[in-house]
Amino acid sequence: MLNIIKHYKFWFLVSGVALAISIAALIAFGLNFGIDFNGGTLTQVKFGDNVPSAAEIRGFLGDSNFGDLVVQPAGERSAIVRTPPMEKKEHDRLLQVLGDKYGLVEEEQFTSIGPVIGRELRSSAMLQLIVVSFGIIFYIAYAFRKVSKPVSSWKFGIAAIVALVHDLMIVIGVFAILGRFLHVEIDSLFITALLTVLGFSVHDTIVVFDRIRENLRISGGLPLSEIISNSINQTLVRSINTSLTVIFVLLALLLFGGETIRWFVLALLVGITAGTYSSIFIASPLLLVWHNWQRRRSG
Amino acid sequence: MRKGLYFKFILILLLAGAVFYIALPAGSKISLKWARINFEKQFKLNLGLDLQGGTHLVYEGNLKDIPQDARADAMNSARDVIERRVNAFGVSEPLVQVSGTDRIIIELPGVKDIDEAIKLIGQTPFLEFRVENPNPPEVTPDVNGEVTISADQAFIPTGLTGKEFKRASLEFDQRTGVPQISLQFDAEGTKKFADITQRNIGKRVAIFLDGQILSAPTVQTAITDGRAVITGQFTVQEAKELVTRLNSGALPVPIKLIQQQNVGATLGLASVQKSVAAGLIGFAIIALFMIVYYRLPGLLAVIALSIYTALSIALFKVFGITFTLAGIAGFILSIGMAVDANILIFERLKEELRKGRTLEQAVEEGFKRAWLSVRDSNFSSLITTFILGYFGSSIIRGFAITLSIGIIVSMFTAITLTRTFLRLLVGHNLLVHHWLYGVPKMSEES
Repeated sequence: MLNIIKHYKFWFLVSGVALAISIAALIAFGLNFGIDFNGGTLTQVKFGDNVPSAAEIRGFLGDSNFGDLVVQPAGERSAIVRTPPMEKKEHDRLLQVLGDKYGLVEEEQFTSIGPVIGRELRSSAMLQLIVVSFGIIFYIAYAFRKVSKPVSSWKFGIAAIVALVHDLMIVIGVFAILGRFLHVEIDSLFITALLTVLGFSVHDTIVVFDRIRENLRISGGLPLSEIISNSINQTLVRSINTSLTVIFVLLALLLFGGETIRWFVLALLVGITAGTYSSIFIASPLLLVWHNWQRRRSG
Repeated sequence: MRKGLYFKFILILLLAGAVFYIALPAGSKISLKWARINFEKQFKLNLGLDLQGGTHLVYEGNLKDIPQDARADAMNSARDVIERRVNAFGVSEPLVQVSGTDRIIIELPGVKDIDEAIKLIGQTPFLEFRVENPNPPEVTPDVNGEVTISADQAFIPTGLTGKEFKRASLEFDQRTGVPQISLQFDAEGTKKFADITQRNIGKRVAIFLDGQILSAPTVQTAITDGRAVITGQFTVQEAKELVTRLNSGALPVPIKLIQQQNVGATLGLASVQKSVAAGLIGFAIIALFMIVYYRLPGLLAVIALSIYTALSIALFKVFGITFTLAGIAGFILSIGMAVDANILIFERLKEELRKGRTLEQAVEEGFKRAWLSVRDSNFSSLITTFILGYFGSSIIRGFAITLSIGIIVSMFTAITLTRTFLRLLVGHNLLVHHWLYGVPKMSEES
């Protein structure tokens, strides 16, 4: 039997380091917001026999006075060109010069987003995160309302939210790093991934908390540390197995699901792994640490 | 009790048969015509634009000149006008909807030429009737002694515009055979037009389209029946197009394109193929894992999971939910989460078996005790998906809808189906060997 509670300082340290790296990356690199947030265009073109490298395309387009743009390969014969907002005429010229130089088979995808939409998306994403967090705190406080001793029900809610912020921060940190080095952009799918991770993380945490709730009822005499430790161990296999099945599915999507959703799936994968970790090693020990700290203070 | 169990089992079989039939990828049709019930429905999966290829446009209406309480109406009538134009374009199943207070979203499946579509939607035929300007601006004759005066200066607006006519039609002059356009005003327009012609007998009334003068006939008598004829130098083709444009109406608000997205059909098809492959592989891995780890209950869970998958697809088809790429990801993710309830239950089951309970007791206890976890954890996920669906953009909404249907359906299949299967086996004293449940040994049936 693993004694997770006993070594909680170690697990907190692991998370602390991961969080520190994430926050440092976020501060140092910032987030590479994509056209969904900033406005701009995305053009995906498919080449014929002659497939130029991304660097080659970028160089060529730079020479053709296209200014600030990002070029990424997409699949075997396609490339994605992202630019700041631009006029229809410029877009036509882009296709024209690419076609003349390399020979295009087709324009597979074209998206153009005005800056207004981006601003709206930012504020609605923030709103969603806040509303979801509050929804969850209240639901947990409600579901655990019969638990009051020795841990009050809203503490379960707050501990779940702390675990959740931990998971989201790690995903954001990973994408700050990816954005810096691989030009991975933050788009609306990323926000969806964050919100899903949020749901899953709480889902996972609740299962452990539910067990604590049950054990508090049937063996209330034991010290809290023992109850929490038992609960974690009893749900450990389930937590790992559930996460494993989800991770299997996500791996399948990552490997075979195609370019468009690759980073979306990666965000889910990182978040769900972090979520499993935090529900076992962070959320439940936190209940105990908080409880002990309060007890020391009051008496 | 046992009778009830068999009844449930048969219901499950029937349900499974029905949902597998509806979920068939080839598309399926249910008709009750043979029973003299007038019901026939073709079930097919609606694919979003990112999967079938097409054009997604978002327009912003400029509402600053429109009073607060008339804005919703203005947006709705702009929507209607755009819809008529889009229909004239001959796109199959276009979607035009107002979003928020000032947005119009247009989805055109399969449209390749985005420019053509944009031109068609954005054009604003603005028809107006003007009368001679009583105080034309001072002009000085040029070197040839000719006076040039622009049509804009020569005529002033009357307030009678294209909004006030009922319909336009193409006619041919009976003597010359020249195409002309006949207009029929609505009640308001008829009154205005009668008034204008009354006051301007012997003068010219000019008809302007998009700021260009079309014709300026001289009024002979007051026209009170609300009919007007525009004769210009039209070819038959031009006259026809103009009639269509006039009938499709002028936009009540100026609109501006703020977002456009165009996905080629090949890219969409490739996405579908890749997602389906990923889904199948993911499913296979889960099935393998469940059977290897949980053995017999695992196998039952996999059967329940197959029914779950078919049931979800059937629901997507029946409710006509549009599948997007993010939606597929949500659905595949829900398959992963769907087994969670089973894992929770089976872990409980094993625990109860290890405590020395009989299989029958363990099955009942396992389900009973796992239920709270299943309920609370899924509820919190549902809260998330509802909030996503309510506040999210259309991509996010697609994801949230498939995921929430998945969660609800999975609670049903994981609990009702798996429990019925297990109870049936247990009740038969069949397959009760401890190995099948992955525990070292089991209490004898008491």
